[in-house]
Amino acid sequence: MSLPLISVKDLTLSFRTDEGLVKAVDQVSFDIAPGEVMGLVGESGSGKSVTAKSLMLLNPDNAVYDPKSSITLNVDDKSIDVFSLKKPSEQMIIRGGAISMIFQEPMASFAPAISIGEQMVEQLMIHSTMTRARAKEISIEMLTRVGIPDPAQRFGQYAFEFSGGMRQRAMVAMALSTKPKLLIADEPTTALDVTIQAQVIDLMKDLVKEFHMAILFITHDLGVIAQTADQVAVMYLGKLIEKGSVRQVLRNPGHPYTRGLLEALPRLDDLDRPLKPVKGDIPSPLDRPSGCVFNTRCPVSLGSECETIIPEFTTNKDGQQVACILAEKEAQKEEAEA
Amino acid sequence: MNEAIISTDDLSVHFPLRGPLFGEKPVVRAVEGVSVDIGKGSFYGLVGESGSGKTTFGRALLRAAPITRGSAIYNDGDVKYDLTTLQKNELKDYRKRAQLIFQDPYAALSPRMTVRDIIAEPLEVMGLTKTREETDERVREIAAKCRINLEHLRRFPHAFSGGQRQRISIARALVSKPNFIVADESVAALDVSIQADVLNLLKSIQQDMGLTFLFISHDLSVVAHTCDHVAVMYLGRLVETAPTRELFANPRHPYTKALLSAIPSLDPDDPGNPLKLEGEIPSPTNPPPGCKFQTRCRYAIDLCRKEEPKLDKLEAEHDVACHRWKELVEY
Repeated sequence: MSLPLISVKDLTLSFRTDEGLVKAVDQVSFDIAPGEVMGLVGESGSGKSVTAKSLMLLNPDNAVYDPKSSITLNVDDKSIDVFSLKKPSEQMIIRGGAISMIFQEPMASFAPAISIGEQMVEQLMIHSTMTRARAKEISIEMLTRVGIPDPAQRFGQYAFEFSGGMRQRAMVAMALSTKPKLLIADEPTTALDVTIQAQVIDLMKDLVKEFHMAILFITHDLGVIAQTADQVAVMYLGKLIEKGSVRQVLRNPGHPYTRGLLEALPRLDDLDRPLKPVKGDIPSPLDRPSGCVFNTRCPVSLGSECETIIPEFTTNKDGQQVACILAEKEAQKEEAEA
Repeated sequence: MNEAIISTDDLSVHFPLRGPLFGEKPVVRAVEGVSVDIGKGSFYGLVGESGSGKTTFGRALLRAAPITRGSAIYNDGDVKYDLTTLQKNELKDYRKRAQLIFQDPYAALSPRMTVRDIIAEPLEVMGLTKTREETDERVREIAAKCRINLEHLRRFPHAFSGGQRQRISIARALVSKPNFIVADESVAALDVSIQADVLNLLKSIQQDMGLTFLFISHDLSVVAHTCDHVAVMYLGRLVETAPTRELFANPRHPYTKALLSAIPSLDPDDPGNPLKLEGEIPSPTNPPPGCKFQTRCRYAIDLCRKEEPKLDKLEAEHDVACHRWKELVEY
């Protein structure tokens, strides 16, 4: 297998706060291959956005990365250690160069007093040596590509003159104009209506094909994941608790938390099934449970065992990985039988 | 259906815009000619995209938005009010009977009040309880019903998660023992695991206390699971209404069909049907002529561009406002 586009290993990060160090991400590892769409799922507070921002070193100054953490970006036959990029000029490759990001609230992501076009041109000129005229040309081309009607006129307008769906398209156009290898999409459709969400999802799928771009797709909506992702990783309280192909994880969830999420989801194909909430609330990151992070809410917890042992990933024969003692025992039993 | 607790006829809410000093001022027709009956004890869903007027409609029923035209009658069997002509003392009484649960539990609770004070405030403002003991009693009773830990009553909202906060908002809305609740996107800001919990709570309270809910949501799967009747709005108009099962099994309006087909399936191998909608909802200041949906409707014909369709009564309480629904049954 060729090199992954980006490889995250043992990413551990805490925030320095008045109440002491708060762990936000705990030993998270994953790879994204070129052109692959990876879905990152979890509740609010699970650390998905913090993980994604780490790839661009965008976390605030009070973030403390564990020295064992590593993020390697493989582009153009070079391997780049992301944490070694100190100067802003070096960091350009991960901030708009090879990696771009789109956010949940497109209104908050555009500067309100600078026209959309000007903002697109600005970043193109920072990341390349092209002329202003050429940058404008490319920007208008991108606006056309994402389906914004009358792009030449829209180019000179401001964010408030765009509707929500249009703003998100412009955001996508801007993020993709530098032809990044990896797009980080942080809840890009959450603020949109379903009909517009469907349009944006279609657009992103087309663009993945066209530009052979990888996406790290962060969302809490499993339906959106099912329709876009190749691989899924599920996070809970800063820990990765399950990962695998989208079909494996959604059809045959291995971790009790993933199962809980799916059972809590209202589904149109079965209106009689009662909605089953995951009991309890997500614990405060100041008060992380010992052992398995999910043990306080787990319906099948083994008690003291789960409260003390931090489960490792168990990999099944299809490559699906689950961090749960029960999955481990199951695998051992199967091995013993075989 | 039970007798209607809320019954509107041709209800319209228009907001004037700034315009020329003389002559006709432009208006935003946020809600236009909506007639619905909300059965007593029902969980009535109202769906539509942002800008469809669903929130304004809910607010008009609570007299939080002005009713420009048409009528709205509230009748809980005990009192009957014409919401367009409420007197001051009647309005005061109506506020006890009709309440609102908001979307964002982070914005809806004052950070400087304890949970107990937040829940008790309506009682004190409305003068429903005489003594502090009585107030505390009522607060504890409703808090227990909403599964709020009684020890938490002394704390401030910042200590709570989204789900817990939403339970506090619900308790506050219920403490005056209302009959009619408007829940405006009340689970939209919550994680799925918590959302299921809050939905189950709303359902059990509704059954327990015999309440009527107007449940406003953009999430059709949530509505499908909780509501017994659904109305679909588009650009201020009611385009389709039916009992939930009927609507989801046999959607008749092209807009309802498109909304349903836009929900991403949980099955990665089911790309959904390609009824995707082009474009966006038009501005309500400048609505298109004829059927409001014609600009995005793939089945629009000349008639649709000229004449606005009336609500057609189908079988089984199923109404639809489309010129061509009969021809389009097969699509």
